[in-house]
Amino acid sequence: METDQALFNYLLRLADSSLILSQRLAEWCGHGPILEEDIALTNVSLDLLGHATALLTYAGKGKSADDLAFLRSEREYRNILLAEQPNGDFACTMLRQFLTDSWHYYLYASLQKSKDETLAAISVKFLKEITYHLRHSSGWVLRLGDGTAESHLRIQNALDELWSFTGDLFDSDSADELMLAAGIGADLNEIRKQWTAHVSELLNKATLKIPESSFMQKGSLQGRHTEYLGYLLAEMQYLPRTYRDAKW
Amino acid sequence: MQKDEKVLLEEFQSKIDKGVKIEPKDWMPLKYRNQLIRMMSQHAHSEIVGMLPEGNWITRAPSLRRKAILLAKVQDEAGHGMYLYSAAETLGIDRTTLLEQLHSGKAKYSSIFNYPTLTWADIGAIGWLVDGAAIMNQTALAKGSYGPYSRAMVRICKEESFHNRQGYEIMCSLAFGSQEQKQMAQDALNRWWWPAIMMLGPSDDNSPNTEELMRWRVKMESNDAIRERFIDRTVPQADYIGLSIPDPELKIDEATGHYKHGPINWEEFFNVIKGNGPCNKSRLKTRVDADRNGKWVREAAEAYAAKRVIRDDTDF
Amino acid sequence: MILIFNKGMNTNMEKDTQWPLWEIFIQANPGIPHKHVGSLHAADAEMALQNARDVYTRRNEGISIWVVEARFIKASSPEDAGSFFEPANDKVYRHPTFYKVPDGVKYL
Repeated sequence: METDQALFNYLLRLADSSLILSQRLAEWCGHGPILEEDIALTNVSLDLLGHATALLTYAGKGKSADDLAFLRSEREYRNILLAEQPNGDFACTMLRQFLTDSWHYYLYASLQKSKDETLAAISVKFLKEITYHLRHSSGWVLRLGDGTAESHLRIQNALDELWSFTGDLFDSDSADELMLAAGIGADLNEIRKQWTAHVSELLNKATLKIPESSFMQKGSLQGRHTEYLGYLLAEMQYLPRTYRDAKW
Repeated sequence: MQKDEKVLLEEFQSKIDKGVKIEPKDWMPLKYRNQLIRMMSQHAHSEIVGMLPEGNWITRAPSLRRKAILLAKVQDEAGHGMYLYSAAETLGIDRTTLLEQLHSGKAKYSSIFNYPTLTWADIGAIGWLVDGAAIMNQTALAKGSYGPYSRAMVRICKEESFHNRQGYEIMCSLAFGSQEQKQMAQDALNRWWWPAIMMLGPSDDNSPNTEELMRWRVKMESNDAIRERFIDRTVPQADYIGLSIPDPELKIDEATGHYKHGPINWEEFFNVIKGNGPCNKSRLKTRVDADRNGKWVREAAEAYAAKRVIRDDTDF
Repeated sequence: MILIFNKGMNTNMEKDTQWPLWEIFIQANPGIPHKHVGSLHAADAEMALQNARDVYTRRNEGISIWVVEARFIKASSPEDAGSFFEPANDKVYRHPTFYKVPDGVKYL
């Protein structure tokens, strides 16, 4: 694989994960558990949308960020499986957020040192926002895990449900290996260690139990997603796909 | 020390006449207090319910830029609802009670949000027409006599200034776009024009209490005056993008220089207010569901906060 | 102490709640005082701080935030105004303009 194709794939992995998660969070807008939290969730969604836009613009390859976002199909999307999982209840959304925020946090902390100057520069900016996201979602994992019996049960269920998608966060393919070797990409093994330590500690503090089963779902790097992604994209892409030459 | 009501009322009126704001702890007539609570909470409810028709298109916005703009705009509306509930809370009514009034159907909100957003052009039309009409009203309310309401309105007006523009920008893109897009824009204008005209409220001869409310600077301008200004400003904007206003009788009155509109279907307006608009039921149900689904979350956060007090645990 | 988890602590628990009200103060730029900007609801101080960030600083309005639960603010009443503030009206000697300075004397 050529280096620039590998970089393209690498950037799509990052961009798609942010875009799909942003889209999921945007579904909450107007439906949050309290007004203040509605506003907070939208802020996170907007940040992630900004990340996706910056990454897709940089990825380019002769295509606009919009073309990449709206005209690629399910099998071409490279987002992490976790991002496309349905919102479920607020516990499920917040747990998904916490797991992803933690991943983003260590990932972009590492990418700040990328030899690709553009990627390094945008990672510095992203990391500030992600630090806040993580603070926000960590707070909620603690509140729900250690709140009432009901909230504990709900977020423990969410953890049981979502845990098998966390292995996918650290899967790598030849593009990742090429990027790592070139000093552009992050070392996912290293990030897995940091992520696992941090996540375990906080979940423990929140009185939550990591499921014993260590079976992990895979496939997003090869475009093998869960069924949920198709519906998400159908909704998201319908206007640009229906009116192919329209400007909006 | 107790002054009699007549003296208090005179002092109150003279403050208002001098442009001094009334603050939460100041004496105020009961009718003034109640009217303000009613207005501020209706206004707040309108912001919150108003998130829904536009929220309907966030996940389907046709470009990354449009998605970001729409998200930020609907988020602002949540913020505005929050500011307004807070302003109402200064008069001693809490948000739980205000929300109960909304959810039970006792409180009203703006009729316009009971219309559906059927196409993407509706998002343009709402920003252009609905926010355009709302801004007319809100800039006036920012000069009102009650301090917390007026301060909230100043902040809201400042934030809203982009809402109107982004709507018109969407309409421009559509009106100057493909034939299909232009039709979409005209169709949206056809459906939103009259509801926007009506949302500014019943005509003056049908609007009780106006005189006293204007004297107290609770209401700043008559509905018809605001409506006239809105039409005067909006018609040239429609002309510029080549869309036609769905009112065959609309024309400039040579004597006054203002536009005169055709008859308004007030029956429809009152019907929607009564609960028979196309979306009244679904809007309310969405709000009630969000509130119910959030109850266990709010309880959990409180329980956790209480535990931390017991543990004397102050860092997160 | 361990007995009262989950329910007992909060008397509002039976009734639905929108959480306590907090007042928010924001410093817009370095060197100027924090100013009251509005209020919001939050279950705890950390959440109040985060909500204030999300609600009141979305347009670069601030560099520092203070939050305080509204019930801890004691405010003066309009009835206090006479006895609190009017006595200052005739204390003109507190203002520099009260004093005569001979012509030609500088730096006073």
